[in-house]
Amino acid sequence: MSAVTVDEGRLESIMQQPDTLKIETAEPSARPRPSPFLQTQRGRAWIEGAGSLFKKALPPVIGIALFVLLWQIVSASGGEGGLPGPARTWESAQALFAAPFYDNGPNDKGIGWNILHSLYRVGAGFGLAALVGIPLGFMIGRFQFLSGMAAPVISLLRPVSPLAWLPIGLYVFKETEPASLWVIFISSIWPIVLNTAAGVARVPQDYMNVARVLKLSEWRIFTRILFPAVLPHLMTGVRLSIGVAWLVIVAAEMLTGGTGLGFWVWDEWNNLNVEHILIAIFIVGFTGLLLEQALVLIARRFDYE
Amino acid sequence: MHNYLQIENAEMVFDTKQGRFVALTGVNLDVAQGEFIALIGHSGCGKSTLLNLVAGLFEPSAGVLLLANREIRGPGPERAVVFQNHSLLPWLSCLGNVHLAVERVFGAREGKRQLRARAQAALELVGLAHAAHKHPHEISGGMKQRVGIARALAMEPQVLLMDEPFGALDALTRAGLQDELMKIVAETRATVLMVTHDVDEAVLLSDRIVMMTNGPAATIGEVLSVDLPRPRDRLRLAEDPHYHRLRGRVLEFLYQKQVKRAA
Repeated sequence: MSAVTVDEGRLESIMQQPDTLKIETAEPSARPRPSPFLQTQRGRAWIEGAGSLFKKALPPVIGIALFVLLWQIVSASGGEGGLPGPARTWESAQALFAAPFYDNGPNDKGIGWNILHSLYRVGAGFGLAALVGIPLGFMIGRFQFLSGMAAPVISLLRPVSPLAWLPIGLYVFKETEPASLWVIFISSIWPIVLNTAAGVARVPQDYMNVARVLKLSEWRIFTRILFPAVLPHLMTGVRLSIGVAWLVIVAAEMLTGGTGLGFWVWDEWNNLNVEHILIAIFIVGFTGLLLEQALVLIARRFDYE
Repeated sequence: MHNYLQIENAEMVFDTKQGRFVALTGVNLDVAQGEFIALIGHSGCGKSTLLNLVAGLFEPSAGVLLLANREIRGPGPERAVVFQNHSLLPWLSCLGNVHLAVERVFGAREGKRQLRARAQAALELVGLAHAAHKHPHEISGGMKQRVGIARALAMEPQVLLMDEPFGALDALTRAGLQDELMKIVAETRATVLMVTHDVDEAVLLSDRIVMMTNGPAATIGEVLSVDLPRPRDRLRLAEDPHYHRLRGRVLEFLYQKQVKRAA
């Protein structure tokens, strides 16, 4: 668009403006002096917002600061052979994350690869658990007889420590990869089954009465009433399951070796690189936190209340 | 056909942890087609139980219930229920809730567009066409109850069963819905059984008021014919001495013959 084009309508409006307008605006005293930004309504709202943010952020910041201080004290009291302090760990982490995706053969991979491998195993093991656990949960919740059948078996198997399942997996599958998936599967399936079943059993009788009066088919009852009603419970189960899976994966990988965060921790222990072990702990914690938050967000989307 | 809905010697016994509880006993009632029956009584007198028996949600421990000379076995869409607490499915829109019912009743015979039109028409009937795409948590209690009524009416039931449909609403909303219900029933000529504990509501709406004795082992105490001409206008009735006589009869039953001991 060239500078000389003039919008006809705009020209007209300029021409229609009375001349007196100019004189009015020329008077400086007629114009109110703009008040400072912080005294305007928007400014005050801004101060208030900043204040409440500060109040919210303060306790966590103090908490983290105290934690780092405690860490510093513990590492300083250990002397030369003590735990690495926050500063040394931070330096080490910077070097580590500078090249997260290098690959020098099977036992020497970047930290990024290790994280992704662990996430993949958790995803695959949990996915299998969901595939089996969700339908199982629905059936147990819907049919009293099945519930009676499953109850003793579940009560017996659920308290078993996840790693106790590892030898069974190794024996059956003869390989470490499926064995670690098996451990994730068997330890993360219970929260899904139990929460789904509880959700089905807790579907309000009112909704089921609607289904009865309409004489809906079992499939319709499932898609239109049971599934949406149970979804919030199911999501709780999924969250707990993934939490368990993430807890278990580090231990499982320590024993099976190869790749993954757990293997990496063990490897660095053999190298006596304690900074890296501390970093690994933070990575495990942080990734777990992110997973949890992501699932909470998804769960909120499915909450109909 | 006078004996459209027949209840003969119905008895309802619940097995509770404290043992057998006889909720209803010896209930006999004949209802004509197109009749509006109000069931009234103190709370715990088994009026909802009786309604659920007709709905088929409960099975009588003894006695028989017949609809058009066929025994009532289990619930069915020809006996639509308006539940006390609306019972809308919160994950479906208002239209979706009505559509679920329409689909079940007419889905085998009609196309998608016709079904949708039916659901829409039912919402229009209760004056909620504008809220079709809202979800239950986005609308008021009165509107929810109207969606519940629309869902029941959309099924074109032979019998409309209403369990204190306006109990949870404020007086103004309730009056509005009562007027609407009278219009709709006059149009559709549905047979209605309505549980209520509101004397004015019972006299205003019904052809007969069935008054129940106090439980346990409740039964029908008296039946009062409400021979007020239709259409009824609540303002004119307020000055009608006959209306007050009828109202007095119900009050007398509830507060003299069936005094509810304070719990």
